[in-house]
Amino acid sequence: MSDLFAARSQMAISLAFHILFAVVGIGMPLLMVVAERRWLATKDPIDLELAKRWSKGTAILFAVGAVSGTVLSFELGLLWPGFMELAGPLIGLPFSLEGFAFFTEAIFLGIYLYGWDRIPPRAHLLAGVMVAVSGAVSGIFVVLVNAWMNAPTGFELVNGAITNIDPIKALQSPAAFQQTLHMTLAAYAATGFAVAGIHALLLLREPMNTFHRRALAIALLVGAPAALLQPISGDISARNVARYQPAKLAAMEALFETRRSAPLLLGGWPDMETRTVRYGIEIPAGLSLLAAHDPDAEIAGLDQFPREDWPHVPTVHVAFQVMVGLGTAMALVALWVIWTVARRRQIAEHPLLLKALAVCAPFGFIAIEAGWTVTEVGRQPWVVHGVLRTADAVTPMPGLTYTLAGFTLLYVLLGIVVVWMLYSQIIKSPRDQDWHRIYSPAAATRPATEAR
Amino acid sequence: MPPLGLADLVAGAVVLGLTAYVLLAGADFGGGVWDLFASGPRREHQRSLIAHAIAPVWEANHVWLILVIVLLFTCFPPAFSRLTIALHVPLSLVLLGIVLRGSAFIFRSYAPEYSTEQRSWGRVFAIASLVTPVLLGVALGAIAAGQVNRPSGRGFVEDYLAPWASPFTASVGAFTLALFAFLAAVYLTVESRESDLQEDFRKRALAAGGAVFVTAFLTLLLAWRESPLVWHGLTASARAIPVHLVTGTAAILAFWGLWSRRYRVARVAPAAQVVGIVWGWALAQYPYILPPTLTLQDAAAPHITLKLVSIGLGVGAVVLLPSLWYLFRVFKR
Ligand code: HDD
Ligand code: HEM
Ligand code: HEM
Repeated sequence: MSDLFAARSQMAISLAFHILFAVVGIGMPLLMVVAERRWLATKDPIDLELAKRWSKGTAILFAVGAVSGTVLSFELGLLWPGFMELAGPLIGLPFSLEGFAFFTEAIFLGIYLYGWDRIPPRAHLLAGVMVAVSGAVSGIFVVLVNAWMNAPTGFELVNGAITNIDPIKALQSPAAFQQTLHMTLAAYAATGFAVAGIHALLLLREPMNTFHRRALAIALLVGAPAALLQPISGDISARNVARYQPAKLAAMEALFETRRSAPLLLGGWPDMETRTVRYGIEIPAGLSLLAAHDPDAEIAGLDQFPREDWPHVPTVHVAFQVMVGLGTAMALVALWVIWTVARRRQIAEHPLLLKALAVCAPFGFIAIEAGWTVTEVGRQPWVVHGVLRTADAVTPMPGLTYTLAGFTLLYVLLGIVVVWMLYSQIIKSPRDQDWHRIYSPAAATRPATEAR
Repeated sequence: MPPLGLADLVAGAVVLGLTAYVLLAGADFGGGVWDLFASGPRREHQRSLIAHAIAPVWEANHVWLILVIVLLFTCFPPAFSRLTIALHVPLSLVLLGIVLRGSAFIFRSYAPEYSTEQRSWGRVFAIASLVTPVLLGVALGAIAAGQVNRPSGRGFVEDYLAPWASPFTASVGAFTLALFAFLAAVYLTVESRESDLQEDFRKRALAAGGAVFVTAFLTLLLAWRESPLVWHGLTASARAIPVHLVTGTAAILAFWGLWSRRYRVARVAPAAQVVGIVWGWALAQYPYILPPTLTLQDAAAPHITLKLVSIGLGVGAVVLLPSLWYLFRVFKR
C-alpha cells in the first residue's frame, strides 16, 4: 500500500468514525433539552427519566467523540502537513472559534451530566441548551472549513503560492451555506430517526409502555421535520456542486459525456475505462431539471476534465445513490408520521409504521457516511479544490501503513465496545423500581462514596 | 530585544493554553496514575475519589490541548508542520494514549459496578494515564532540545526516531509524569473530605514531590551534557532568573504546606510551580518557537490571521472564562 493511500485511508477512517459521535453530540442534547423542558412544564417523571437516560448514553458517545476529534486535529498535521502549512492561516479562524465552542460544549456537558442535584432545575436546563447550541455551532464551524476546501475563496494564487489572504472571505465560501445547512439538518434527522427507531422497536414488543411512547414522540419531533427538509436542502447543495465543482457532479451522476437534456441515472455501475454505465435506469432530462431547473440545460460531463483529474467515479456515484435513496425513504416515512399525527392517530398503535421506523433507524447515519464519501472522494485528486493536490499535501513520513493499521484496529475495537455498552447498559425499558428512584448518573462513577 | 508584536501575543496565548493544560488536564492524568497505584485498606475509596474528582471536568480540561494545537497550526503553520512530521511517532502514541484514557474512563463509569469489565477498563484508564504524560514530555523535550527540524532524508531512524529518542527527552518525560502525579496528589488532598484519605494522598504528594525534584535535577544534568541550548537558556539567560525564583519558592512552599497539612497552601504552590516551569521554558527558548532555527517571527502566519485570531481569542475568552468559573464553582468548591 502506498503511503499516500494509507494516509487517505487513515483520514477517511478517522473522520468516518468521528462523524458518528459528532452527530450524536449535535442531536442528542436537543432531545434531552426537549424532554427536560417538558418535565419542567408538566412535572411528569417520565420526561425526567428520559432526559436522564438519554444523558447517560450521550455521556459515553460524547467522550468517544471528544477523543476521536482530538485525533483529527493532530492528524491534519500528522498526515497532511502540506495542507496545513498552506491552509492553516486561512482557515484556522473557524477552527479556533470551534475550539471555544468545544470548550462551552464540554463545560456545560459536565455541568449537565453531573450537576442534576447541584444546581437549580432552570440552570440545569440552561446548561443543556448551552450544550445543544455549542454542539451545533462546532459542527457549523468545522463544516465551514470543509466548504472552503470544496470551493476555496479569500486568497490570490500567484505561481501556485497562496497570497493576499482574507480569512473572513474564506469563511464565505460559496458552498458554506449549503453545506452547513445540509449537515446540521443531517445531524438532527439522523439522531432523531435513530432514537425513534430504537424506541419503535421496543414499542413493538411492549406497545403500552408510556416511556417509549414519550421517547418516540420527542425523537420524531426533532427527526421528522429535519428528514423532510433534507431533500430540499440536498437539492440546493447539488445545484451548488454543479456550479462550483462540476467534475464532482459529473462523478456523482456518472455522466461521462457533456449533454444537453442530461438524463438522471438511477442505480448503475460506471466503468471508468469504457466510460459507460451498466445496469442503470435513465430518467430523460432528469439531471438537467434537477441541477439547473431547466430540462434543456447542458450539464458538463467528465469529458470536460483531464483523466487524471477525475475522482473515482463508481465510489462517488454509488455513495450518492445510497444517500439519496436513504434520504428519500426517510422523508417518506417522515411524511407518513406527520400524516398519522395529523389524523390524531397514535403512532405507537400503528405496527407497520413502527416497523418502518425501526428499519429506518440506521439510515441517517449511513446517509451521512455516504454523503461525506461523495464530498471527499468526489473532490479528489484535490485536497483544496483547484489549488492543492492531495498527493502534494501528504507527510513525507514513511511506513504510514502501520499507523493506519493501528488506528483502524483501535477504532474497530472502540466501535464494538460502544455498541455493546449502549446495548447492555443504556437501551433498556425501565423496570418497576426505576420509577421510584431518582437516578443520578454521577452515582455510577462513585460506587464507594455511597457506601462510606 | 525588538518590541513585542502580535506574534508574541499569540505565542503567549499558546503558552497560556499549555499552562492551563498542564495544571488541569495534567492533574487528570495524574489522577489516573494514582488509580494505578491505589493501595492499602482504602484502595477503592482512593479510586472513587479520583473518579469523582475527574468525571465532570476532564473533557473541558482536555480542550486546552486542542486550543494549543489549533493556535499552532493557524498562527505558526511551519512550526506545526515540522512538529507533526518530526514527532509523528511519539505524537501518534500520545493520541493512542488520549483515546484509550478517555474512552476507558467513560466505559468504566458506565460498566456494571464491581464487574470484571469495570475493573479491566479501570486498568486501561490507569495505564494510559501513566504512559501518555511520558510521551507528551518526550515530545516537548525534543522541542526544547532543538531536535525538531525538517527531515534531512537520511533515513527513518535519523529523521523520525532520533529527534525524540534520547536520554534527555526520556528524562523530560519522567519529569512530566512526576509533575502530573504531584499535582494530582496535592489536589486530591483538598478534594477528600476524610482525614484518612487525605493522609493517603499527602504521602503520595510528598513522594511525587520528591520525584519531581529528582527528575528535574536529572533533566538539568542531561541538558548540560546533551542539550547546550536548554542548559544555556535555563542557566545563563537573565530572563530566566525571576522565573527560577518563583519556581523555587513555590516548591518550598508546596513542601511546607504538605508537611504541615495546610492543604489550601499546598494546592496553590504547585500550581505556581507549574506556571514557573512552563513559562521558564518558554522564556528560555524565546524568540525561537522551534530552536535552534525557527523563530516566532519566521513561523508566524500573515498579520491579518494573527489579528483575527487575537480578536477571536478575546471574544472567546469572554464566553470561556465565566463558563469555566461556573464549572469549577459547581464542582470544585
Ligand atoms: C441524514 C443524512 C443525509 C440525507 C438524508 C441526505 N444527505 Fe446529502 N449529505 C449529507 C447527509 C445527508 C452529509 C453527510 O451531511 C453531506 C456531506 C457533506 C455535507 O455538507 O453534507 C451530504 C452531501 C451532499 C451533497 C454534496 C455536497 C458537496 O459535496 O458540497 C449533495 C449534492 C447532497 N448531499 C444531496 C442530497 C440529496 C439530493 C438528498 C436527498 C434526499 C440528500 N443529500 C439526503
Ligand atoms: C477535520 C475535521 C474535524 C476535526 C479536526 C475535528 C475536531 C474535533 C475535536 C478536537 C473535538 C473534541 C472537542 C472536545 O473535546 O469536546 C471534536 C468534537 C466534535 N466535533 Fe469534530 N472535528 C472534525 C470534524 C467534525 C465534523 C465533520 C463535525 C460535524 C459536523 C464535527 C462536530 C463535532 C462535534 C459536535 C463535537 C463535540 C463532541 C462530540 O459530540 O462528540 N466535527 N471535533
Ligand atoms: C468537515 C470537516 C472535514 C474536513 C476539514 C476534512 C478534511 C479532509 C482532508 C484534509 C482529507 C485528506 C485529503 C484528501 O483526501 O482530500 C480528507 C479526506 C477524506 N475525508 Fe474528509 N474532511 C472532513 C469531513 C469528513 C467526514 C465527516 C467524512 C466522513 C466520512 C470524511 C471522509 C473523508 C474521506 C473518505 C477522505 C478520503 C478521500 C480520498 O482520499 O479519496 N471527511 N478529508
